[in-house]
Amino acid sequence: MANVTVQSEKEVSWLRQAWARIRKIHPVFPVFLIVFLAVGYLNPKFIEPNGILIFLRRAAPLGILAVGQLFVLAAGGFDLSVGSQVTFVVIGGALLINNDPEKLTYTLLVLYGIGILVGLINGLVVTFMKVPSFIATLGMLLALKGAGLYWTGGAPRGYLTDNFRQFGRGFLEPVPVVERFPIAVVVLIVVVAIAAYIFHFTIFGRQILAVGDNPVAAKLSGINVRRVRILTFIVSALCAITAGILEGGFGGVNIIAGDGLELQAISAAVLGGAVLLGGRGAVLAAAAGALTLEALFNFLNLIGQPEGVRDVVQGLIIIGAVAYAAINARRR
Amino acid sequence: MTALSLENIQKRLRTSRIPPVYLMLVAILVVSLVLDQIYGRGQMIDPTILTNILVRSVALGIVAIGQTFVMIAASIDLSVAYLISVTAVMSSFLMQGDPARVPMAVAVVFGIGALVGLVNGLIITKLKVNAFIATLGTGLILKGALNASFSNFTGAVPESFQTLGYGRWGPVPISIIVLFAIAIVAGFVLYRTKFGAHLYGIGGNEVVARLSGLRTDRVVIIAHIVCSMSAVMTGLFVVSRLRSGAPWIGPDGLYDLESIAAVVVGGTALSGGVGSVAGTLAGVVIFGILDTAFNQLGVDTFLKSVLRGAIIILAVASYTIRSRREAS
Repeated sequence: MANVTVQSEKEVSWLRQAWARIRKIHPVFPVFLIVFLAVGYLNPKFIEPNGILIFLRRAAPLGILAVGQLFVLAAGGFDLSVGSQVTFVVIGGALLINNDPEKLTYTLLVLYGIGILVGLINGLVVTFMKVPSFIATLGMLLALKGAGLYWTGGAPRGYLTDNFRQFGRGFLEPVPVVERFPIAVVVLIVVVAIAAYIFHFTIFGRQILAVGDNPVAAKLSGINVRRVRILTFIVSALCAITAGILEGGFGGVNIIAGDGLELQAISAAVLGGAVLLGGRGAVLAAAAGALTLEALFNFLNLIGQPEGVRDVVQGLIIIGAVAYAAINARRR
Repeated sequence: MTALSLENIQKRLRTSRIPPVYLMLVAILVVSLVLDQIYGRGQMIDPTILTNILVRSVALGIVAIGQTFVMIAASIDLSVAYLISVTAVMSSFLMQGDPARVPMAVAVVFGIGALVGLVNGLIITKLKVNAFIATLGTGLILKGALNASFSNFTGAVPESFQTLGYGRWGPVPISIIVLFAIAIVAGFVLYRTKFGAHLYGIGGNEVVARLSGLRTDRVVIIAHIVCSMSAVMTGLFVVSRLRSGAPWIGPDGLYDLESIAAVVVGGTALSGGVGSVAGTLAGVVIFGILDTAFNQLGVDTFLKSVLRGAIIILAVASYTIRSRREAS
């Protein structure tokens, strides 16, 4: 791993030190900056404080999903069920709250309860039934999507009350400097902070990487591999529910709210350097990957490109990001 | 001979080499027929309905056979759904209902298929990109290119071309003959040729295969070309039934995830090295039976999705639950 090179402090000039530090920065950050500034160049309003906050608000659900996905990816799995979970939150939330703002707490508790259950089932199926996570969470994707629609009787019914939608589209005001601050961005920051702490500074975080790197070695060194993996699926599900709650504030109650988000989340995490099949990853970089994707979509919208080009660019970027990482890994 | 006690049967099943997928196929067929007799319309035993199950399985079956090739080599192809769309749209766009243009259109779409497979294979082997991401990426590129150029049903296939989808040779639908012909060729390639043996070798242990002198990259690239070609064939079959191609028919049919699920249910490991064409076909037919049974029993569309998800997981678990390896 890193920091094995022992060099005397004196020999290394400060310039070299700085260069070494710069090289350690994950390329997703400069890439994000470039895309972001390109959007700002085309639309100066975008890089005003308010423009940035609106952008972050829109990117919050994907950022949160990417962070959750990172936990599962780092432990060597996949979670394809998160998009269905987002849809489930939107249509299930409308049914649970049933136009009664006072039921908000109850609705949120039930939704998070369902999330924990979904994560637990994913984890149990992968660890105890030994079904590869790709298949296990694919099954969950189908089941959850069907269950949500079955629950509503086919067409989504009801509305999300304003206090539910507040999480996604509301603002905290008054706030110094920018006057109003989107609640979704607060949620994003809190989730990223908690996740970064867990992933990088706790034993559980170390265990995730150990399990993803080599499950047999992890087991032999006394890690409860099953518990670690089940917990990663629960973390991912909790993130998906949170993202779903925010997403509910953006659009109406529809059955495609979360379609395709699972692949975008994986793309974002991979852009941020997470390695499929586990063992590597960083929370901030995964979130930055999500912001990069979202900024890129903004950029393509601004230059008036049709939806099609957006997919092509996303495809090229994720292949490029992984190829770059693979070539770098070989050079080392 | 010992008596056919339940225990005895269980023991025999456990020691027999019959992969669980065939037992599952029989069990699901019997349960569906019985449930249909009791709760449904009792028509499922009808030969036309049984034939229809097979016809419905043709589209998924062909692409699943191709998917089997890449998955035996421990790769995966998520781009097939969009390649099916590209094939359907391009072929009906190029044919414009004119029988004289059929050979040209077919040649073009097979060319596209070969190119997509080659690109997939090159990205995976030369750029060392994980197959999941690589084919997800090429799938997105195909999707984008298609949506940027076409937005609805485009062109038409000539009447003669629809024979592929609807024609019969005596009592047997031509599509079923096509499926079995493809399966037999695929089986021959997998079990009786060097290329087939190499695929199993690479899926079993890529490093060992390379160290023993195999050009592993080349084999994986060819497997991806085979898989893309099979997606093209599925696309041609689908468009021959729909008469015209639209960009959404591939992803709407969930051909990417369903073909992978069918292959895995059929006994091919996601980690490669084992698998068979017959197992894949059994997996595909299981899906066909489930669809038909759900329809006959009048199961709610959305409950169908739930049951499907659960059955896929349980089917795969029946292989994996006893293995000592950790799943990934």
